[in-house]
Amino acid sequence: MSGRDVVLGRIRRALRDVPRSEAPDDVPVPRDYARAHLPSGAGAGGALAGLLAENLADYRAVVHRTGDEGLAPLLCRLLAARGSATVLVPPGLPPHWLKAADPVRVHDRAAATARELDSVDSVVTGCAVAIAETGTIVLDGGPGQGRRRITLIPDHHICVVRVPEQVVASVPEALERLDPARPLTWISGPSATSDIELDRVEGVHGPRTLEVVLVEE
Amino acid sequence: MSGGTFLGMPPFPEAAAAAVRDTRLRGNLRHATGTIRAKRAQAVAELPDWARLRAAGAAIKDRTLRHLDHYLERLEEAVTAAGGTVHWAADAAEANRIVTELVRATGESEVVKVKSMATQEIGLNAALEAAGIRAYETDLAELIVQLGDDLPSHILVPAIHRNRGEIRDIFRSEMGSWGRPAPDGLSDEPAELAEAARLHLREKFLRARVGISGANFMVAETGTLVVVESEGNGRMCLTLPETLISVVGIEKVVPTWRDLEVFLQLLPRSSTAERMNPYTSMWTGAADAEGADGPRDFHLVLLDNGRTDALADTVGRQALRCIRCSACLNVCPVYERAGGHAYGSAYPGPIGAILTPQLRGTASGLDASLPYASSLCGACYEVCPVAIDIPQVLVHLRERVVEGGEATVRGRRTTVRPARGHAAERAAMRAARWVFEHPAALRAGQRLASRTRRLHPRRLPGPGRAWTASRELPEVPAESFRDWWRRERGDDGGGREARGEREARGERGGDR
Amino acid sequence: MRVALFVTCVTDTLYPGTGRAALAVLERLGVEVDFPLTQSCCGQPQFNTGYRRETEPLVRRFAEVFRGYDHVVTPSGSCAAMVRENHPRIAARAFGGGAAGTAAEAAGVASRTYELSEFLVDVLGVTDVGAYYPHTVTYHPTCHGLRTLGLGDRPRRLLENVRGLELVELPGAQECCGFGGTFAVKNAAVSAAMGSDKARGIESTGAQAVCAVDNSCLMHIGGILARRGSAVRPVHLAEILASTDAGTVVDGTAAEGTPANGTEEEAR
Repeated sequence: MSGRDVVLGRIRRALRDVPRSEAPDDVPVPRDYARAHLPSGAGAGGALAGLLAENLADYRAVVHRTGDEGLAPLLCRLLAARGSATVLVPPGLPPHWLKAADPVRVHDRAAATARELDSVDSVVTGCAVAIAETGTIVLDGGPGQGRRRITLIPDHHICVVRVPEQVVASVPEALERLDPARPLTWISGPSATSDIELDRVEGVHGPRTLEVVLVEE
Repeated sequence: MSGGTFLGMPPFPEAAAAAVRDTRLRGNLRHATGTIRAKRAQAVAELPDWARLRAAGAAIKDRTLRHLDHYLERLEEAVTAAGGTVHWAADAAEANRIVTELVRATGESEVVKVKSMATQEIGLNAALEAAGIRAYETDLAELIVQLGDDLPSHILVPAIHRNRGEIRDIFRSEMGSWGRPAPDGLSDEPAELAEAARLHLREKFLRARVGISGANFMVAETGTLVVVESEGNGRMCLTLPETLISVVGIEKVVPTWRDLEVFLQLLPRSSTAERMNPYTSMWTGAADAEGADGPRDFHLVLLDNGRTDALADTVGRQALRCIRCSACLNVCPVYERAGGHAYGSAYPGPIGAILTPQLRGTASGLDASLPYASSLCGACYEVCPVAIDIPQVLVHLRERVVEGGEATVRGRRTTVRPARGHAAERAAMRAARWVFEHPAALRAGQRLASRTRRLHPRRLPGPGRAWTASRELPEVPAESFRDWWRRERGDDGGGREARGEREARGERGGDR
Repeated sequence: MRVALFVTCVTDTLYPGTGRAALAVLERLGVEVDFPLTQSCCGQPQFNTGYRRETEPLVRRFAEVFRGYDHVVTPSGSCAAMVRENHPRIAARAFGGGAAGTAAEAAGVASRTYELSEFLVDVLGVTDVGAYYPHTVTYHPTCHGLRTLGLGDRPRRLLENVRGLELVELPGAQECCGFGGTFAVKNAAVSAAMGSDKARGIESTGAQAVCAVDNSCLMHIGGILARRGSAVRPVHLAEILASTDAGTVVDGTAAEGTPANGTEEEAR
């Protein structure tokens, strides 16, 4: 007998108490929890962005807010302030975002090794969705986001969020917008650990500096 | 404590008594659990619908468990359709054999690992070592445990028993023999220690070709796996290697994509007391082309290893709802004083006390002692995000230990014999029950105790010594309450009592 | 309203003063209380140690003894929790279904069983029982009362209305004292460590007495306090509520002087 047959056989014997007529959906799941936790009237874009900014900052992400016009100069300033000589550019990143930036643009190529990526100073991406309640940005590998490794290996990640269209209130609202077939990375602040005395310290393997730019349209 | 095995450990009370005397360990645990308790309470209090989320989480898990075969088959279909390969392992040996063969097939002799309870449970690292494959743990706490030739003592923070000074000493003395040595002049500042781990592991991540992980959730309808983490070591292991092998307990499946909306709210707040953990990775199957995003070879090893034994127990089954948040450990006063090692398993604390005896059975002295490693205070049940009634399961497993009975062991329906060493207790319980059924005898006993109360010693011999070693005995009063009542109020007391006795006896025909 | 006192085996045998105090409080509030002498034990020691089959006859007995009463009141959060939470389950498994059977009867009696503070606050609607107790007291919420019964602030509300009583906060109040029934002897080292931490917390409040709704926990806490040579006295809630400025209401419960919870003979 294969391991599969053994395990499935054991499961079926173990569940002898479950009536044969019972279908999975017959087991009730109460869904009366909240779709979001915002105070009433706070659902408007501006308030959501404020909450997002607050929660991102609470977990040590650096948050900036600007308008469409200000984005390119801001990215230029941030990269300069960091002293970055090179910046990774995912495919599909709107070209005007980095039109003012000085660093050498490195385009992610399929053949680029992890070691090559390790020598790049910064990476600039967009995102798929951002969650205000938890201070989370989600990347799905879509245009302007690239492969998962490019936002992992460089030590400095700048992520641009379009407000209000990319901001949702809650985890349930975010899942509705995401496609499970795509590789997803949920990011809430820079990498951190609680492994020493259960106290939180920021900065381990992922980017130690996360800057989030909220662009109001 | 070394050698990386829990085998042959003494019963819980012995190990716990030694831990209680270790003042440094107690200090470390008190500090760490104290820190997280208040934070968790605060993170949970932010969500006014917490009780509803908790009920939904429990219900989704119950639905899954009652139809586990159905969901696992759906998961297998979805993972396979997305280019992954699904393997099934009935026990630890089979899982270790499957993983070892998969690594061998890549031609690699080292792997990087994401922290995984399942691989800890099956002893994968030792099995790989025996096959000449070196497994590098990359979670900071797992690294501390691996470098220190130690055992994990906590689900979330396996090195919780170590304080910053001890961690610095381990890094200084051991990092060099595993790769890049600790930086000169390393201090015990947590940020510096984290930096040392970053530098030490960087090299291994960049060259790794095989990653091994567990998963927090598997979505049956889409075939998506979810790993929740903080440091980024998970992202490294899940995205950089060419081959990814995930070993996951069969109970980690959830029915639908939407169900994640419940667990991604419950888990981070219960676990690290965060609104959301820094990184969550979700992937479905394998990357399909050269240069695409992530491993091109993906294997999912579905692990039973005793889970179906727990599933067969209608009371114990709820332990399989567990999402490994470790809130029950952090709040448990017994765990805080006994430490994780005393539980003799990868799963310490209250959840371990109900999970381990179900996964391994209650045959060994250690496993039979675990259901008693609790004062039944209920703090674990109160914080559990999937409402596992741990006290109820503890009492249920105590019954299996002392009374034996029907249970499923390694897939077979078995009649478990009562554990040895409980004969005197069993006799005492029977005697007490008989006395409580015969209030006249109870009264006689109380009177005898009252009459002889001046003669009672302050320190008892035998089992009673366990009480008087640290506590005074209460003094026996001159008169029990029932004697006082009969004397003061008992105009019809005797008659009523006699009548009650007759009634009770009359309806108890054929009783033991 | 027919009310029965379920005094519990521990209180009956070792702390009769608590039983008399509970009786005194209830009678002072005009409740006619019966004490069926055929009662014994709720079966908690057996059940929680794993001896379910030894518990079954005691569950049946409990239902038989108390079935004729509108309310069963007990000065123990732990025993009330055992009856309310576990008796219906045990009876259903042992005696089967049927609306008129023992299981249904056990469930019915269980639903009418109250811990003393619950009965006072929820059924009688009283939070001021006219007590006087001129001492500094700290309150330890015992686990089964706190988490299984959900007593909440009921005991505190009763204490806050006791004249002369100064209630001081117990640090780490919600943490278990380490008694846990047979846990106290099966895992004596951990139990004693938990008890010592609890005792230190109690001493740090400067209170003269530590109050709880469970004599079993107080026996453990008191035993540790006594071994430490502490002057803090363990006192059951009922005994504080029974005390009045008329002096001694319950024989031996002094209202003045040291916070004694009984005569010298009954001192813990």
